[in-house]
Amino acid sequence: MTLPVLVLRRLAQAAAALAAMSVLVFLAVYAIGNPVDLLINPQASQADRLAAIRALGLDRPLVLQYWSFLVRAAAGDLGSSFVFNAPAIGLVLERMPATLELAATAAVLALLIAVPLGLFAGLRPRSIPARLIMGGSLAGLSMPTFWVAVVLITVFSVQLRWLPSGGRGPTTDVLGLQLSLFSTAGLRHLVLPAATLGLFKLSLILRLTRAGTREALAQDYVRFARAKGVAERRIIGVHVLKNIAAPVVTVAGLEFGSLIAFSIVTESIYAWPGMGKLLVDAIATLDRPVIVAYLLVAVVVFTLINLAVDLLYLVLDPRLRAGSEGMRAGAGAKGRRERPR
Amino acid sequence: MGKIIIEIMAMTRRRGLILAAALVCAAAGPARPATLRIAMAAEVTSIDPHALNIAPNNNIAWHIFDALTHVDAQARLIPGLAVAWRAVDATTWEFDLRRGVRFHDGSEFGARDVIASLERPLRVRNGQFATFVQRIAVKEIVDEHTIRLKTARPYALLPLALNSVFIIPARVRDAAQADFDSGRAAVGTGPYEFVSFRRGESVELRRNDRYWDGPAYWDRVSLRIMPADRARIAALIAGDVDLIEAVPTADIAPLQSREHFAVASAVSWRTLFFHLDQRPEPPPFVRDKAGRPLTVNPFRDRRVRLAISKAIDRRAIVEHLMDGAALPASNLVAPGVFGYDPDLRPDACDPAAARRLLAEAGYPDGFAMTVHAPNNRYVNDARIAQAVAAMLARVGIAAQVAAMPVSAYIPKARGGELGFMMLGWGSYSGILALRALAVTPDPARGNGAWNWSRYTNPVLDGLIEQALRETDDARREAIARDAMRTAMQDIAVIPLHHQFAVWAMRAGVSYAGRTDEFTLAREAHPRAPGGAQFNPP
Repeated sequence: MTLPVLVLRRLAQAAAALAAMSVLVFLAVYAIGNPVDLLINPQASQADRLAAIRALGLDRPLVLQYWSFLVRAAAGDLGSSFVFNAPAIGLVLERMPATLELAATAAVLALLIAVPLGLFAGLRPRSIPARLIMGGSLAGLSMPTFWVAVVLITVFSVQLRWLPSGGRGPTTDVLGLQLSLFSTAGLRHLVLPAATLGLFKLSLILRLTRAGTREALAQDYVRFARAKGVAERRIIGVHVLKNIAAPVVTVAGLEFGSLIAFSIVTESIYAWPGMGKLLVDAIATLDRPVIVAYLLVAVVVFTLINLAVDLLYLVLDPRLRAGSEGMRAGAGAKGRRERPR
Repeated sequence: MGKIIIEIMAMTRRRGLILAAALVCAAAGPARPATLRIAMAAEVTSIDPHALNIAPNNNIAWHIFDALTHVDAQARLIPGLAVAWRAVDATTWEFDLRRGVRFHDGSEFGARDVIASLERPLRVRNGQFATFVQRIAVKEIVDEHTIRLKTARPYALLPLALNSVFIIPARVRDAAQADFDSGRAAVGTGPYEFVSFRRGESVELRRNDRYWDGPAYWDRVSLRIMPADRARIAALIAGDVDLIEAVPTADIAPLQSREHFAVASAVSWRTLFFHLDQRPEPPPFVRDKAGRPLTVNPFRDRRVRLAISKAIDRRAIVEHLMDGAALPASNLVAPGVFGYDPDLRPDACDPAAARRLLAEAGYPDGFAMTVHAPNNRYVNDARIAQAVAAMLARVGIAAQVAAMPVSAYIPKARGGELGFMMLGWGSYSGILALRALAVTPDPARGNGAWNWSRYTNPVLDGLIEQALRETDDARREAIARDAMRTAMQDIAVIPLHHQFAVWAMRAGVSYAGRTDEFTLAREAHPRAPGGAQFNPP
């Protein structure tokens, strides 16, 4: 598949997902009930209540509400949050950096630790450290996030007092984004939530790397290289790593999406002001504009991640470039030469 | 979850000791400037005091702003920016304003600011404070420190309504919500000045040294938003915050037993009760035991309502489900609140009497029904519904439980789709509580907006009408008590208990707690180490 086709296809999928999602959210929120009943001051009179319903446009037929949503959405206006009384998309975007920062840190942490450990466990499967690593990764896969969070807080915040128990530290303005990565206090706040969120992915990628390594080691081309007297470093660095790169990248990429989605639990335990928490609250209060805005952003982010994974794939696996210009490119030819068939 | 943290810690304590050392550090107290770090249980959505009428926003507003009338820790009306008020005639109120008060920007507070503050709630888009000023037909400046407010019809509760209207300087009357959130317009006369607001994270404040009621103790206050119970408890134990609100009932005892922490509670204004559908036709979800629909509505018979009330063991619910953090209720407002009738006693649990009453009413074998409750609104709501269903079964009423999220629950209950349903209510006045919950529904007059029972009693309606006109406080309270007695003796609804609001703090801080559940930095005081204790109300 050529690059433009790939990009276009992804965009078309995103558009379809957006349309389906907006209809579903409208129907679901409509079916559950009237947000005004939750919003309005209990002491308010019936007249106040009807006025509030009118002000939010909830007295009109659902189809008309949806139509005016579409018209305004086309102009970039997703409506105002019922709860915050502020533009919904602004609320989501305001919190997106916090979530992305958390998810990205968790993903980087997971990759940096998982790949070397997984490689080691794959190369020396019978050593004691390898067994410990594998046992640990099993625990990492089985422990629920909230439990991990509680244990980490208990050990590092309550007992050792090394790290804060929650909240986001001071942020610095980086190209218009508020990030906490660039100050010591900010990093200290980021460590525990990122570790909590990343632990599951770490274990997953570790096991994947180990399995890939063991499989690669048993292949003829590795045995041949060894017989040929190729240095062990080169065997691992080139032959093994290159072959496990594709599955690891796929999983890491797809799992990045779920990191964002599952950050909800971590965010709420660590009082991390990300957009996951915003979504949970919005669902609880039937704050439809915020739900729609969040899901729209989520669909866009997921689409971009999938696109990025597809593109990385093209780079990593020359077989996928068959028929495209990559086949004729020097890098592709080189890649092909080094890969066994 | 907080409980788990505490248990893990308890385990460690038995073994050893990093913890003890850490806690000593926590108890040593902060260095000057004194900062109080409070963990709030719900999200602050705006600093605009006239936009959204929700507890966390009001909690912040009470730090930055004042109102003409305030309420004390027992929810009784006391002077605020108005030092005195009086009814000039049946529809006219006069307020004497406090002299020499300055806003945080240095400008002097006066009558023009009050008028501007009474007008702005009507203009804020989707604002929820209009209801408190709508009845004011004419606003009149008598002099710089006196105003008169006229209502179209006699309205004795105007001073109470004005407790909900925060006073801003006239110059920011046209400010948008965003101007308050950025701090540009967040200028009040309150004990603390706005420093910053990070949505979803925290609100930072500094002391107003010129506060008219004397400056507060803490130089700076940081209110952090931590909706997850476990996050608040962990932050307190780790020493990241000094004071937390909304402590889950299961965590009270473990925290109390810890050396360097204290727990405080106050009877909250929130009262839990059951509405029971008393319309002429048989209520939804009520059947005979064979599953056939009934021909008459059993809830219209006072004996049936009394039997249900006697079947419920309020003491057991309070002790076992609420871990002691509640008080069995006989009233629809908490003890001490205006209109509370101290002569009423909670119905004692008496299953035998309940069976007798059911038999007298023509239900010797009882009937079947569903107890509906929300599962994310009140403390232990769904578990309470389960317990009540089990207690009803003991007297022959086969009760099932259906608990659901409040967003699905309230529309169903309001729409008359449920028969027996839980509701919690907080009010500063028995008159307002009864008007919303038990007076015959009349949308045009704002009556019975939450009377899901569709209970109707002309005597009660008359008393509430009379109380709303009576401007003399003592006489009005006497009428309000009469009304409360009338409704409760007729068992208009079935009261369960008054919740406690519970706070936990490190030993260096003391907070007495408030009936209205607010966590106000001004009322938190430093405490010498060793002075920690639990003060049950």
